[in-house]
Amino acid sequence: MTMNIQEIRAQFSALSRQVYGKAWVYFDNAATSQRPDSVTKVAAEMATSCNANIHRAVHCIATQATEAYERTRDEVAAFIGARHREEIIFTSGTTHGINLVAFSFGEAFVGEGDEIIVSEAEHHSNLVPWQLLCQRKKARLVVLPVDADGHLRIDLLPTLISPKTRLLAVAQVSNVLGIVNPLDKIIQIAHSHGVPVLVDGAQGIVHQLVNVEKTDCDFYAFSGHKMYAATGTGVLYGKKALLEQMPPYMGGGEMIATVRFSGTTFAPLPGKFEAGTQNINAVPTLGAAIRFMRQLQDPQLQAETRAVSDYLYEALSAHPRIHLYGVPRGTTEKIPLFSFTVEGAHHEDLALILDKMGIAVRSGQMCAEPLMDRFGVSGMVRISLAPYNTMQEAEYFIQSLDKAIQMLS
Amino acid sequence: MEKSLQDIQQEVIETFSMYDEWLDKYEYLIELGKSLEPFPDAARTEENLIKGCQSRVWLEHEIRDGRIWFKADSDAIITKGIISLLIQVYSGRTAAEIAADDFSFVDRIGLKENLSPTRANGLVSMIETIRSIAQENR
Repeated sequence: MTMNIQEIRAQFSALSRQVYGKAWVYFDNAATSQRPDSVTKVAAEMATSCNANIHRAVHCIATQATEAYERTRDEVAAFIGARHREEIIFTSGTTHGINLVAFSFGEAFVGEGDEIIVSEAEHHSNLVPWQLLCQRKKARLVVLPVDADGHLRIDLLPTLISPKTRLLAVAQVSNVLGIVNPLDKIIQIAHSHGVPVLVDGAQGIVHQLVNVEKTDCDFYAFSGHKMYAATGTGVLYGKKALLEQMPPYMGGGEMIATVRFSGTTFAPLPGKFEAGTQNINAVPTLGAAIRFMRQLQDPQLQAETRAVSDYLYEALSAHPRIHLYGVPRGTTEKIPLFSFTVEGAHHEDLALILDKMGIAVRSGQMCAEPLMDRFGVSGMVRISLAPYNTMQEAEYFIQSLDKAIQMLS
Repeated sequence: MEKSLQDIQQEVIETFSMYDEWLDKYEYLIELGKSLEPFPDAARTEENLIKGCQSRVWLEHEIRDGRIWFKADSDAIITKGIISLLIQVYSGRTAAEIAADDFSFVDRIGLKENLSPTRANGLVSMIETIRSIAQENR
């Protein structure tokens, strides 16, 4: 079966709405994707006909809800290539997953004078948790820089790693630059020095870029809402051997084995890290999203979406007043995400005018202030596409951007 | 006779409502922003910077003849246009007049709901700053 953009688009009722009387062009997919009807249907079904708390109760619906929840764990494990189902921890999103590791890995392995490496291109969610850890443990944050084209300076990595390095935390794809970082190489260097690697997969997961076993990353965190699943869902993958050595992040129901006033023992993985009632209605939407995403592997569809992305890249690159950040070179891939500044026009003005033309873009610092400083800008405009964005939308965007630039000149 | 604060607000509302389309309103705001009196570099201080905007906004004031005179600037032109509207209305009024105003003309123009939340926050911050300057100088 072959797929095209229109057939994908038709599965998203959310895209048919209008704004200010104009067709809505949604180019802010890196912030959150829209959800296909198959996903919203699962969310509604879980809420209306399968709502009971999981794991403990023996009644019928509790069993069904538990099955839906645990089946999703298997689907996620298969989707990212995890070897063991208990390596999949459900979280509320990427930020939760990274904070969990920063706390629990930090408690187990990080002490005074130790070092954590992050890149200069990290989202605040993969930076601030490490800063908090460093404050708590009197450890030190070491920064891996990016070059002018937005590529990580991997050549510097061996010199940044020291005997005190405890972890390297890096995005698979920066939410500003869109460059697919060479994880295999990064992880190989880190592992050759005995340093585990956490990968922020918030932007990578939706482009189906990961197989955790092949990549050999130690942790991989991502959000459901950026990959067509419900908000408030997310996954932390962690290697079993590491997760087993880490203390719980939160205490509460589900995560215990026995509780006495004299002391408590903890549940085995994954329960140890899933304290309290989980997002039980929403977690099964991850499975629905994964099933939806299989259609996106279609070569004909991929060729079509590639053409839209190439058109935008070329139009933006060729514009004399536009500066693009994150320039692919050699064999590096770039996801369909383009951040830019326009000479003589403020990012916020552009975004406001585009909004009134019906186009949703992101503007500002994009939760990456150190990267804005690196490029000496106060903010950028970002467009990020999904496979339901059409060539017609891309052309309308370029025309509208030109008009906005003219208005501001 | 001097126009009252309310008269000026009414004039601003009427001018603004001449434009049906929001894009035209933006064109008008952009023109206003461009024609705003130049802002002295020396006043571009951290203290004069208003927090809560995606763009940077500086607001400074002086008291002359018992009235408050505002000057402002922004790195974004639409914001500058909005500031220009606020200055048209509030600059040169007495502290008592400004402090007594409910700033509802901003709602009547439709600015708040038609700007992004971050921008609306910026607008709210601008108004709060103008109001607190007036209250401090009563």
